[in-house]
Amino acid sequence: MSVALFIPCYIDQFFPDVAIATLTLLERLGVQVEYPAGQTCCGQPMANTGCDAETAPVAKQWVERFAGYDAVVCPSGSCASMIRNHYADYFGPDDTEFQHLRENTYELCEFIVDRLGVRSIPGRYPRPASIHSSCHGLRELRLGACSENMTPREDKMRLLLESLDGIELKSLTRVDECCGFGGTFAVAERETSVAMGIDRVTDHISSGSEVMIAGDMSCLMHMGGLIRRRNMPMSVKHIAEVLVEAMQEGSPDADRASSALTNP
Amino acid sequence: MTSTLPIVDHPSAAREFVTNEPRSHWHDDSLWFVRSKRDKQAQSIPEWEYLREQASTIKNHTIAKLPEYLQQFEANATRLGAVVHWAADAEEHNRIVLELLRRNDTLRIVKSKSMLTEECGLNEYLIDNGIEVVDTDLGERIVQLRGETPSHIVLPAIHIKKEEVGDTFHQHLGTRAGESDPQVLTEAARGHLRGKFLSGEVGITGVNFAIADTGGLVVCTNEGNADLGVSLPRIHIACMGIEKLVPRFQDLSVFTRLLARSATGQPITSYTSHFHGPRDENSELHIVLVDNGRSKIRDSKTFRESLNCIRCGACMNTCPVYRRSGGHSYRATVPGPIGSVLGPAKNAKAHKSLPFACSLCGSCTDVCPVKIPLHHQLLAWRKVLVGKRLVAWNKRMAMKAASFLFRNPTLFAAAGYFGRVSLKVLPKSLTHNRFNTWAKDRDLPEPPKESFHEWYAKNRPSGAATASKEERS
Repeated sequence: MSVALFIPCYIDQFFPDVAIATLTLLERLGVQVEYPAGQTCCGQPMANTGCDAETAPVAKQWVERFAGYDAVVCPSGSCASMIRNHYADYFGPDDTEFQHLRENTYELCEFIVDRLGVRSIPGRYPRPASIHSSCHGLRELRLGACSENMTPREDKMRLLLESLDGIELKSLTRVDECCGFGGTFAVAERETSVAMGIDRVTDHISSGSEVMIAGDMSCLMHMGGLIRRRNMPMSVKHIAEVLVEAMQEGSPDADRASSALTNP
Repeated sequence: MTSTLPIVDHPSAAREFVTNEPRSHWHDDSLWFVRSKRDKQAQSIPEWEYLREQASTIKNHTIAKLPEYLQQFEANATRLGAVVHWAADAEEHNRIVLELLRRNDTLRIVKSKSMLTEECGLNEYLIDNGIEVVDTDLGERIVQLRGETPSHIVLPAIHIKKEEVGDTFHQHLGTRAGESDPQVLTEAARGHLRGKFLSGEVGITGVNFAIADTGGLVVCTNEGNADLGVSLPRIHIACMGIEKLVPRFQDLSVFTRLLARSATGQPITSYTSHFHGPRDENSELHIVLVDNGRSKIRDSKTFRESLNCIRCGACMNTCPVYRRSGGHSYRATVPGPIGSVLGPAKNAKAHKSLPFACSLCGSCTDVCPVKIPLHHQLLAWRKVLVGKRLVAWNKRMAMKAASFLFRNPTLFAAAGYFGRVSLKVLPKSLTHNRFNTWAKDRDLPEPPKESFHEWYAKNRPSGAATASKEERS
């Protein structure tokens, strides 16, 4: 299986550690990953603003870059959903290249659980943590059950996190409420966005959690920014970072592994 | 009347409400309480998702065959002795109602809650024409006394605290100053409304469901005010949007099971009243069927499903933006997610900011009992608005620039590098200045020393990630 890694634009530029963790995690799970050159963005910022003419060429470029791989993995539910649920506007129904990518582009946890069939990660993460279920992963990719919908669904992120030794996953009062990022919404509706974000962070902190874990850096960038501005007692981590850290901590040669796998 | 509406700017309309933290939190908590009640009710029904699917199917079918069902309904309602009127728009609706009142020398009416009459501006129109209008739903009466409009379609006074209701009642109904006990206030309203009910000459109600194969109407309330309002007067005028139809009597149960559970978390509304023709030979039942833009929505492939809405308000209760910014920030008869879909359909220019008053979290879509893909429709509206050139110039320019950047990987990498370096070397006062809206309340990410692209080129020189774990360690 040839697997391509799709690193969203903002992760590439601002959170390379998350991308490295994603790559490391996949490799440690035995997947040979390629990182196709010339990739930038899936086009979601333009699409969410309604700018179709600006999105179409970016979407076309994305498909060109990733064509030919058996699967594409992306450490962001939102960007994966863009390809799966929103790209159809820009491609014909008979575009086999796009159709193949649409069916074979995965969010990271989804890829691990559904495509690799891996249901537990050998690792140790002995601290109180909480999951921020990002909306697009939850309600567009159905990575877990959402509180509004009564259809039972397996929670892929939780499954992997719960498999770690020592982790203590705290319960929130509102399990899957939006953090208020929403792309340009965060700027256009700043006051509402910030109010939503602070409420989310407060719920996480009140649960007794020390680490907020999510599958989307965009939500974490927003809440992380609020946390740092206010010096709130909470850190934010992408699930790829948590899983890699846990694998290192859990492995007998932890020291050697961590020197090879952490920051470049 | 909608054409004269000023252009709504949701962010600025929301500002006062959302930045009043205690108030915004109180509002948010009140609505979250309702949503939690809804969740419990939905969880108590094993076939919940099946019911939603049924409701959606029935509604899609009904809207597709709307002309036939409307004719069938008219024939059956007429057979039962009702008089059916057709109104193309709000003005015609108001004229029809006024004419009926004048024909009967009516000077005062009692009205049960009806978002359609709100949409048509019936109250103002009748008052301008010398008619006393009394809204009999408690929440509506409160907002009416305060000279406000409902901020929610099911909970019209949800934005008002009980202390404020106390002030309003003290002023208008003569209750004790400072009274805030809900029991006392409700009793005062009850006494006040009882007199109005007795003196009402015509009762006006909304309609929750109209049944094509029987010609019957169903009105759901929790206060029984609709029943009281139409039981005493000789004339009952029922005003309904043409989308309120269900084909058969047996379809109704699907909706009555979903409506109250979704709206307030009750298993069923306290009163689900059926009206089949006028009460007796001395009474009259008039049904006003109102289009007011609905056919236009029906013609749209993209937005047609928004006509499935049964006005339960669940999308408002769940919407994290609505809960914090308050219903009035939408400046629309129907606020929240469904209102942000319906508003631009009425007047795209006036409501152009509403589809953007949404973080696209998708909660509304999953909570909707008739499965309207609300957040997808909001996204679709954004595209329409861009097409109509109703999206701000600077926003469109920024997207053009971003698109250009993303199509040129080298330029993208250079821009990223420049951004990271500036963040690193410039003082925080410069990067987090007042023109940087993001950074007014949020820190920017700590700039990493290199992008993943750069790291990858250095650490995977072959370009292909084929190195095994052993080779790397």
